[in-house]
Amino acid sequence: MTFMSLVPRLAIPLLLIAVALLPFLAPWSKVMLTLALAKGLAVLGIVVLLHAGQVSFGHALFFAVAAYSAAFLGQAFGGGELVSMVLIGVASAVVVGLLVGLFVVRYRYIFFGMLNLAFSMIVFSVLEKFYHYTGGSDGLQVARPLVLGIEMERPAFESLLFYGGLVIAVIVAWAVHRYFDSPIGHMLKTIKTNETRLEYLGVSARRVLLVGYLVSAALCGLGGVLMAVAQGIVTPEYAWWIRSGELVFIAILGGAGSVSGAFVGALVYEVVRTYASAFAGDVWQMILGFFLLGIILYAPRGLIGVYGSFMGRIGSNTASGKEAKRRAMEAAE
Amino acid sequence: MTALLEAKGLEIHFGGVVAASDVNLQIHEGKNLAIIGPNGAGKTTFLNICTGYLKPSAGQVFFNGKGITRKSPREITRLGVARAFQIPQLFGEHTALENLLIAAAARERRWAPFTRLGQIPERAEMMHLLEMVNCVHVADRPVEELPEGQRKLIDIAVALALKPKLLFMDEPTSGVASSEKFAVLDIVAKALTESKVTSVFVEHDMGIVERFADEVAVWNRGEVLHRGMPDDILSHADVVRDVIGEEI
Ligand SMILES: Nc1ncnc2c1ncn2[C@@H]1O[C@H](COP(=O)(O)OP(=O)(O)O)[C@@H](O)[C@H]1O
Ligand SMILES: [Mg+2]
Repeated sequence: MTFMSLVPRLAIPLLLIAVALLPFLAPWSKVMLTLALAKGLAVLGIVVLLHAGQVSFGHALFFAVAAYSAAFLGQAFGGGELVSMVLIGVASAVVVGLLVGLFVVRYRYIFFGMLNLAFSMIVFSVLEKFYHYTGGSDGLQVARPLVLGIEMERPAFESLLFYGGLVIAVIVAWAVHRYFDSPIGHMLKTIKTNETRLEYLGVSARRVLLVGYLVSAALCGLGGVLMAVAQGIVTPEYAWWIRSGELVFIAILGGAGSVSGAFVGALVYEVVRTYASAFAGDVWQMILGFFLLGIILYAPRGLIGVYGSFMGRIGSNTASGKEAKRRAMEAAE
Repeated sequence: MTALLEAKGLEIHFGGVVAASDVNLQIHEGKNLAIIGPNGAGKTTFLNICTGYLKPSAGQVFFNGKGITRKSPREITRLGVARAFQIPQLFGEHTALENLLIAAAARERRWAPFTRLGQIPERAEMMHLLEMVNCVHVADRPVEELPEGQRKLIDIAVALALKPKLLFMDEPTSGVASSEKFAVLDIVAKALTESKVTSVFVEHDMGIVERFADEVAVWNRGEVLHRGMPDDILSHADVVRDVIGEEI
């Protein structure tokens, strides 16, 4: 086995180590990376639905539901506790996911996307209008919670969020990977390719999609809670359609359908956003727009696809070029 | 002889086209029934009604004595009716083997989220099925890359993977290389007999009909014109004119 053929396999561990070490070199990056993780988890939710060929333009809904649940919990118990916030937040996202999902899994493509958008807009308005409960457009403060009963200083808490988030992201990415490789995960993919055959195997396509929908709601919820405690505030903007669009944007950027692409995309997106808005003021959206245009036109498999074909090109100088490329693509997924 | 499936007075039309007009047919357990007839006669429509894809405007379908007219394809499949399609219905991005494994997982209801599709206990059984239809060498190729003939064979294998009691095959040999037709159907027919599967197949090749059918039903303009033993039917003057004359 040559060194070059090892690179694709090592890429993800190396990237993880680099990300984990970054806060030591640049302490200010910790919060930015935590936000990237939070978005990456939510984007993974989008990726799950992309496997079924469906795009939701309203998934920020679950991001917001979980974030507000955590915030309510914190306010009710004078600060609250992190683990219970995560559990309750994700559980509320799943419950709302079930209610919305039972309805939207009857639809496909543009109808599916728009119905999700509609539900997210309803929730957005509720969060804005019911000022007494939700703080309206000012949102709710999320005080730094206890962690399993222990009170933490801010730097320690931020480290915990980042490293805890990183560990959770790795576990979740692995779990989603296994889900995709399970029979019901493969069936999710067949909703895109041939729903008729799926029904003729005696399987309910709606039920298969509903399972995927709940998984995606849970992932968005997990991201939402992490974002809420990292930012210390939740606002209706969490449910805004622009946020939903951002999640889809990142999913395409990273590589539609790719688990690692969700996180790579979120990382690149956060970095570009942070620097572009610092140095390019008003035009950073334009920069991102051109970036996405470039990806869609020249690299429809996203950043992960670019990486895969790059490794393939290097590898093609070696004996097992094709093999290396295939492995790079597999490692990327 | 008991009827495994029975259609009574089926009617359906699309605009002015009559695709089923008072269709009555009994499908006997353990037999291979061939359906022949010119294009547009309503053969596929009959399969669509029997498997729940289309609802007739009148008439009923019974499977094992139980009404299934209003049931969905999914429910009917669960009762033990499988179908191979005129245009193969496969999961294009999945490999040939994965297509079969998904069918096996559906049959066995393997919903556990952390089992791997490639490692389910039915893997050997599915490889055997692929072998049966001469497709082992393409087991790991995405089916969208395969030629039509191979996709048809895999489509039949997918239907067989469900271990049905009744199997509908819509023109199983169209698109299959003529050198392979007989060999493959020989094996499929043998498997059907061994596992006591009743089959209904739509077929244009009268050689195949003669060899594999226990009974023949002749369709034209949404009606069943004749039904009987292959020898009698195929020598029937009307059949020769309407079906064989037109097809060959
Ligand atoms: N879903 C449908 N909508 C409209 N017309 C249809 C539909 N299905 C079948 N037909 C028409 O009904 C007739 C019978 O079709 P079909 O059952 O496919 O014939 P066969 O399989 O015998 O060639 C044809 O004229 C066909 O165009
Ligand atoms: Mg037909």
